Amino acid sequence: MKVVNKGLRKKDAMALVTGKPVYTDDITQGSSLVVKLLRSPHAHANIEEINIDKAKNLKGIECVLTYKEVPSARFTTAGQSFPEPSPYDRLILDRRLRCVGDPVAIVAGVDEKTVNKAISLIKVKYEILEPLLDFRQALDNEIIVHPEEDFNALCDVGADNNRNLCAAANSESGNLEEEFNNCVHIVEQTYSTRANNQTMMETFRTYTNLDAYGRLNVISSTQVPFHIRRILANALNIPKSKIRVIKPRIGGGFGAKQSAVSEMFPAIVTMVTGKPAKMIYSRKESFTNGSPRHEAEIKVRLGADENGVIKAIHMYSLWNAGAYGDHGPTTVGLSGHKAMTIYNKIKAFKFNYDVVYSNTMWGGAYRGYGATQGFFALESAVNELATKLNMDPTELRLKNMLTENQVGDTMPTYYNEILNSCTLDKCLIKAKEMIEWDKKYPYVDMGGDKVRSVGVAVAMQGSGISQVDVGAVEIKLNDDGFYTLNIGATDMGTGCDSILAQIAAECLDCEYDNIVVHGVDTDTSPYDTGSYASSTTYITGMAVVKTCETLKNKILKEGARLIDRSIEEVDFDGQKVFSLIDDKNITLKDIANSSLLGFNNYLTASESHHSPTSPPPFMAGIVEIEMDKLTGQIDLIDYVAVVDCGTPINPNLARVQTEGGLVQGIGMALYEDIKYNKDGRMMNDSFLQYKIPSRLDVGNIRVAFESSYEPTGPFGAKSIGELVINTPCPAIANAVYNATNVNIRTLPITSEKIVMGMLENK
Amino acid sequence: MQIKLWINDREFEDEISPDTVLIDFIRSKGFLSVKRGCETSNCGLCTVYLEGKPVLSCSTLAMRADGKHITTIEGIEEEAKEFGGFMADEGAEQCGFCSPGFIMSVLAMKKELKNPTEDEIKKYLEGNLCRCTGYMGQLRAIKKYLESQI
Ligand code: FES
Ligand code: FES
Repeated sequence: MKVVNKGLRKKDAMALVTGKPVYTDDITQGSSLVVKLLRSPHAHANIEEINIDKAKNLKGIECVLTYKEVPSARFTTAGQSFPEPSPYDRLILDRRLRCVGDPVAIVAGVDEKTVNKAISLIKVKYEILEPLLDFRQALDNEIIVHPEEDFNALCDVGADNNRNLCAAANSESGNLEEEFNNCVHIVEQTYSTRANNQTMMETFRTYTNLDAYGRLNVISSTQVPFHIRRILANALNIPKSKIRVIKPRIGGGFGAKQSAVSEMFPAIVTMVTGKPAKMIYSRKESFTNGSPRHEAEIKVRLGADENGVIKAIHMYSLWNAGAYGDHGPTTVGLSGHKAMTIYNKIKAFKFNYDVVYSNTMWGGAYRGYGATQGFFALESAVNELATKLNMDPTELRLKNMLTENQVGDTMPTYYNEILNSCTLDKCLIKAKEMIEWDKKYPYVDMGGDKVRSVGVAVAMQGSGISQVDVGAVEIKLNDDGFYTLNIGATDMGTGCDSILAQIAAECLDCEYDNIVVHGVDTDTSPYDTGSYASSTTYITGMAVVKTCETLKNKILKEGARLIDRSIEEVDFDGQKVFSLIDDKNITLKDIANSSLLGFNNYLTASESHHSPTSPPPFMAGIVEIEMDKLTGQIDLIDYVAVVDCGTPINPNLARVQTEGGLVQGIGMALYEDIKYNKDGRMMNDSFLQYKIPSRLDVGNIRVAFESSYEPTGPFGAKSIGELVINTPCPAIANAVYNATNVNIRTLPITSEKIVMGMLENK
Repeated sequence: MQIKLWINDREFEDEISPDTVLIDFIRSKGFLSVKRGCETSNCGLCTVYLEGKPVLSCSTLAMRADGKHITTIEGIEEEAKEFGGFMADEGAEQCGFCSPGFIMSVLAMKKELKNPTEDEIKKYLEGNLCRCTGYMGQLRAIKKYLESQI
């Protein structure tokens, strides 16, 4: 391979490192209305009266909107394929306020100062209701978060708003109780994970205006432009044909921008006023009303025989949707289905869940999409099982987990898909070697109060959503033979523009620089569900492969016609179409240029791809920490990750994805925790209080690949983006145990919890 | 109030309100590389040079720059490209939103510290957050860049 599997520079790299104005706020300079929200100070309330007269009359204010002025049909802001599994449970502005920060009024004016002034002039009388803040109490609580009659779940996800239920389900196979009865060792524990904010460096932001045709143009920092078109059409109650969505460069997403967070507000302002409008979320707003990872409480029951063969797993996930159901019904599924599948040899399993509404911030999609929570629970339980068995946790895994030998097996916990590729055993063995596990497990005494210990976890994810995700691309042959690759997938820093160009260049036998990438504009880009669910390389990548095939055939046909040969008599080497029977040939440049003249055929191709399977990428993560046993302080020394993502299309980008995901996982493990006060207001709503890892916090990180070949992916590729966040929580918890004999089952893993645990052990 | 200052050696004279923050002033003049990532002076995205020294433009009042010289990455494009090339070769810019501020800090560090150790590098750049890359690629780029300068 000439272009694939090479660490080429991203196509936008030099623009980004020289600070070119390529993001939403940069390309929408010039006058537009500043849009801001008056947000609810209460976690649960009804608006009894709202007086906007003074605000409206303030000079420089163009529009003030309340629940009385917005469309009354409920919708979801979750960016998912229609029909969305997330219930239609919200309005742009609602009379009922379901969490602190829920929007009360939209204000638009000439500048920020004026708008702030106007907001302070709005008088609201609230009927304050008792909030439901503890999601553990939510099911069948007398406080109901969504009492409305027009609550609408489009899919059968088990929603029942009268019970505060956003979704519920149960799946099982085998004879669970019988298997547990035959188990010699059973671990039964409850694990808690907290809500985490994605904290992408560019906060939510959207610009809207009306174009020459009177259509709503939306420039937004989003991962899902086509879903945004539908969400806005639903929210504004206008035809989808009236909306165009453009995605410029994005300053990070990690799932946060798989929901419409800022889009509705400037959009409705533009529809009402006819004027350009822009909304930029402050960091604080991104914290208090973003779309964070769902908080979860997961019960695990895990049974093994006397030799440590795992026979049965039961997981129950209780999931906090918060005020609205975005991504609630779907994230929860991954907590069990992805986590349990690693132990595919089990004889019986049960996975059930409840996703409940409460008066806290609504959740959303965050890298890992529920699997991360599940892996913390299950991998921690497996580590606890190893302790019971008095067995090395890596040995326990090698005995039970998916390995290369199981390729071809059906995975009952994974929708009965077949395992096509896996090198998880190699990943784990290599990770052990890299960190020198056998020398360091469980810990090495460093003298004084310090020990250095190691901890392990394995993980998987999917590659796209089987039977749901669609990616289409178009490739055009232009003057002199360069290609335009038109995509609907959204590069959000992940480098997919470049990765897809690498695939195209490989297929078309040309230079990487000969492929120009264009995305995303819903008016002109081919349809793509968007960049989420680890789908882009795998799904859209295959669409590129297919499109190149089609285009190559067209080039062959046209070349053959131009040199007067039959298509069977010619071949194409990327530079020219040449005759196989004599030395006649024609260059791509000549074919391209003649294709722009009459009598000839203009050459363009478009294909789409979807997949009946979602092949899992795998990884092993091993951490080495230094623990101060007096204070419980943890320092990260080394993190080793060995990944099977199939063929890495761009190893540099795969490596940096892995490093970035690990560091986010480290933040989740050690300190990231959205906290509320007793009234339901988020307390740590800035980087001062909500700490994310800095470069001093992460120690050394080493990444290696043990590539398998996924037959259904482009050049054997699977996904990588989400997988890599799944191991830090359980691996660090395991290292803490190996240093202190304390099992931390509630994230984050803080010094206090460790010290408390050590005291209890005494 | 009236201020006069230079951004990348271009003179700007303007009437501003006293609470105008430097980042907003700079962006309003079209130097859009400068980004805001927080309101609490924690992220480093907004780093520019004031009289050659790195400052957080989000927490510097524009009037403090009166009579002074500001430099943004647009003003040192060649240096930025040189170091940026090392970043690009590592894939160490992902979304790139943190890159301008980060690169301003790296180039300032290069002037300030002679042969910095890995710890010194990390310490100097601690205030530049990046949520995408996990910092390792940036570190590789810095090391290779510093080596290339010897
Ligand atoms: S914008 Fe965050 S430090 Fe200046
Ligand atoms: S590259 Fe995205 S925040 Fe640093």
